[in-house]
Amino acid sequence: MPELITFILAGLIVLAGALGVVLLRHPVHAALSLVATLFGVAVLFVAQEAHFLAAVQVIVYAGAIVVLFLFVIMLLGVDEAEDLSIEPLTGQRPVAIISGVCILGLSLAALFFAGGATGAKGTSGTPMGGAENITELGRLLFTDYAFAFEATAILLTIAVIGAVLLARRPPGEVLADAGSEETATPKAGQEPEVVS
Amino acid sequence: MGDPLYTDGIGVAVVLITLLKVLVTFAFTLIATMFMVWFERKIIADMQHRIGPNRAGPWGLLQTLADGTKLFFKEDLLPNKADRRIFRLAPILAVVPAFLAFAIIPLGGNFDTGDGTVSIFGHRTYLQLADPPVGVLFFLAMSAIGVYGVMLAGWSSGSKYPLLGSVRATAQIVSYEAALGLSVAAVLLVSRSLSTHGIVSSQADRFVIDWNLVVTGVVPAVIFLIAGTAELNRPPFDLVEAEQELVGGFNTEYSSIRFAMFFLAEFMNTVTMSALIVTMFLGGPSGPTFGPDWLRAWILPLFWFFLKLVIFLFTFVWFRGTLPRLRYDQLMDLGWKALIPISLGWLLLLATIRVAQAEGWPVPIAMAIAIAVLLVGAGLLSLSLKAARRNREADAGAYA
Repeated sequence: MPELITFILAGLIVLAGALGVVLLRHPVHAALSLVATLFGVAVLFVAQEAHFLAAVQVIVYAGAIVVLFLFVIMLLGVDEAEDLSIEPLTGQRPVAIISGVCILGLSLAALFFAGGATGAKGTSGTPMGGAENITELGRLLFTDYAFAFEATAILLTIAVIGAVLLARRPPGEVLADAGSEETATPKAGQEPEVVS
Repeated sequence: MGDPLYTDGIGVAVVLITLLKVLVTFAFTLIATMFMVWFERKIIADMQHRIGPNRAGPWGLLQTLADGTKLFFKEDLLPNKADRRIFRLAPILAVVPAFLAFAIIPLGGNFDTGDGTVSIFGHRTYLQLADPPVGVLFFLAMSAIGVYGVMLAGWSSGSKYPLLGSVRATAQIVSYEAALGLSVAAVLLVSRSLSTHGIVSSQADRFVIDWNLVVTGVVPAVIFLIAGTAELNRPPFDLVEAEQELVGGFNTEYSSIRFAMFFLAEFMNTVTMSALIVTMFLGGPSGPTFGPDWLRAWILPLFWFFLKLVIFLFTFVWFRGTLPRLRYDQLMDLGWKALIPISLGWLLLLATIRVAQAEGWPVPIAMAIAIAVLLVGAGLLSLSLKAARRNREADAGAYA
């Protein structure tokens, strides 16, 4: 019973946050709703005794990624709600609705065939034999899943190098419009000029 | 593993003991913060040949209480351009994680001859509020949430100086979190445990020699202290509230009790950070004990803990009294180009020693190879930094 209560409360937080991300008009409010969702997911992880995953969820997603979102929003000064009538990608809205409905249907079907939510601990994972989360996780990452782990590492490195290549300019190149460009792409180590 | 209090089922007594611990921890953090504000003002005053607070209570001890009461009864201003909901939310997001983070600090318990437990009403328990399996990561998670307080406070004020302050704060905290995390990883590597209780136990065998300060070779402790100071936005890293440039930084528009909450969170974080350094590098409440059981289990560990804590609290005040504030580019250079590479290299070195010992390789040779590899890495890094500087200068030349 306590598991079910925890599950329902955390689930409500997750759902409310997710709805907030989609429905709130202000980008900062939407980003904050995302934090609520991530936090709810972390609570669900704790309920499943995945303590390490929960901590990482808060540190990485809430503590770094959404902070980065907010940082960009603050830096670019997107203070007013954007005009939502423009679609940058044609047809993205119908596709988004269809895939959203499909995922909802899938999860509801899974819930239905599983016989309803109980919030009980999952039993499908590998038995851990009393070892701590992190011990078992580390062992698996460097044995069974070493290839996937290394592949992810390479992918991230490629992403970093790509970002650097996109951001850099050939040395000595004079910008066409130095005044406006300088505020848009602040150089490393310089205080970005932000005036809202 | 975990607190022995919860192993034989949870009865009324266990719930009451836990509630008592919550109350004591809460009261302790508040009183410690009050004392810290007074301590800082008094020490700074001494360093600057002033007298400092001396009106309220003996030696001005109650000055913070007086200030707090005054702030509580002041008018609460809400700027016109502020985002109301977030403006009200921000101080809470700053102060709640500050309280929660302290919950994982072991305050006492006999680690010298016992297993770090004390006996309360016949129940064995740790002298710390919570010992989660993720331990130190919980602290990192709480400080990650604390960033939102500063960040949203600056943004929601709808005013440019707070915004600048909070943009600085965010960049600074996110940058230094990496160095902080890497020096924590060094400790976890040698202590083989994430839980704060486990970390203290692993340092308890011999006084000083077994402390992680010595075992990890001083460097992670120094990096943790520097990165921790930056994480706290304390001088010399207090660009967030550089009063000459930003009026008051992120909290410029705040007044009354909301301002007091930021103030409280900041000093509470200072106390927590000092306590964490003590826990991770100086063996927490462990130390030589003697005499009867009550002295061994209660008085002496608490004494050791507070002695070590006060040393670091003084160090933070000393930094403030001594060091001039860094410029923003110096701050970023120090974080990214010095602290992160050094702590990463040191972590790899410690890991090499561990693996060499476990596999039975000759440790000096493994060390020599590791150092050679790290030197090559350092060389490459300095080459790339030189190239970047050359490019920047070429750019600057093009503009001129």
